[in-house]
Amino acid sequence: MSDRALAVVRAGALTTVQDLGRTGYAHLGVPRSGALDPAAVRLVNRLVGNPEAAAVLETTVAGCALRPRCAVTVAVGGAPCPVRVDGSPAAWGTAVRVPAGSLLEIGAAVRGLRAYVAFGGGIDVEPVLGSRSTDLLSGLGPPPLVDEAVLPLGPDAGAAVRTPVDAPPWPGPPGELVLRVRLGPRHDWFTAAALRTLATRAYRVSPASNRIGLRLEGPALERALPGELASEGMVLGAVQVPPDGRPVVFLADHPTTGGYPVVGVVREADLGAAAQAVPGTPVRFVPVR
Amino acid sequence: MSSAAVRALRVGERALLVELAGCEETEAFHAELLRRRAAGALPAVREIVPAARTVLLDGVADPDRLAAELARWTVGPLPARVGGAIEIPVRYDGPDLVEVAALWGVSVEAAVRIHTETEFRVAFCGFAPGFGYLTGLDERYAVPRRATPRTAVPAGSVALAGPYTGVYPRSSPGGWQLIGTTDVVLWDTGREPAALLAPGARVRFTVAGSTTGTRCAAEGSTTRGGR
Repeated sequence: MSDRALAVVRAGALTTVQDLGRTGYAHLGVPRSGALDPAAVRLVNRLVGNPEAAAVLETTVAGCALRPRCAVTVAVGGAPCPVRVDGSPAAWGTAVRVPAGSLLEIGAAVRGLRAYVAFGGGIDVEPVLGSRSTDLLSGLGPPPLVDEAVLPLGPDAGAAVRTPVDAPPWPGPPGELVLRVRLGPRHDWFTAAALRTLATRAYRVSPASNRIGLRLEGPALERALPGELASEGMVLGAVQVPPDGRPVVFLADHPTTGGYPVVGVVREADLGAAAQAVPGTPVRFVPVR
Repeated sequence: MSSAAVRALRVGERALLVELAGCEETEAFHAELLRRRAAGALPAVREIVPAARTVLLDGVADPDRLAAELARWTVGPLPARVGGAIEIPVRYDGPDLVEVAALWGVSVEAAVRIHTETEFRVAFCGFAPGFGYLTGLDERYAVPRRATPRTAVPAGSVALAGPYTGVYPRSSPGGWQLIGTTDVVLWDTGREPAALLAPGARVRFTVAGSTTGTRCAAEGSTTRGGR
């Protein structure tokens, strides 16, 4: 059996194909999309010998199960989770050889939310506007996995890293999510008390969070200016404040323009942890310059 | 146009939001950015996203330096029209056409005439890939969004909200006032370019085929519940 493909046995709660996203089309309303935890994607790709931008699977909470039709090198990273090959435990966070026709099971996340599964050669679905990522806001890219779907794999360069000595230790999902935020561009739409609230009070990750945004529960941010803002361009990490005053941190599938004021922007380096924070995780914003 | 109208706000680590006095200034500034980028006279920018009164520059290595540079720019006038406008044939059969005509204080026929006699310009895109916010209607023809958004607006719906006209590239929820339908494909990733309407493009709506707007409007109102 030399068919370079994966059969989906169990798709899981939400498993999507992701790479490092689409750039250059925001002016047409195309979100950047891409993996929510890009550092994890780079790492698992390096472990299997892929270019860092190769397409991988992003699971959500429940994991998934796959049956490769060819022997393939696999690495699982991101949220720690049990990995099994034909029922036997296999290593997480390192390259594993999976024989053709065997069952690869990615278990439920033990900590965190999203595991990343890289395959030697990468997931080779047709790119759309330069990316293989599934964009759940606008429906671009391949649909989320369903049971019995078949995903093509690219040719494996055979460069898997057996001993990942240069792999940075994964910090693990946070007990408390600390988000460094640079105020602006619309912090002047909020009262001084609201800006103090943002900088000092505790929020919690809402279960309504998704790939579009990290929704937060906690004290409402009161506006100093009434009225509506004309729609303006939005960036990754923007902390948008809708009329209910509860901040939403924009993640990869965020809309490219929006009409609610952005009180600040979270550092990109902190967003991977945000993508792994389970609902209920305490969140603290730390204003930075 | 003077460079004094340009105000650049920092957005996080890697972006600038440039505020301009109005819609026309924004279009002119956007056109200037594209001119300079094409001429290799702009530092690398990942995304240039025009909007109503702003242009976002995202993925900039040194935003403060670029902001200082922008403050010294003299922005040229809007580029001269090149070629014809994109024509979009419309069946003026939308379920909200009668209401829009009433808001404008004109007959349905006159509303269709006003819409087809206006030359539009794509001010910016957003909401969905290929969805353009088209300006051109006189400000007295601005209409509110519907109080209750529809859960599904069909693809190809031609719609109004505020000062804008837009065409839904695919079926989606929406609160705009629906005045008609087109068969033109707004967005197709198998096509190059994927978007029919990009910022800066000029657009004209025409009455599709030989049907009159009035008759279609009557048909539209009877089929409203089916959509």
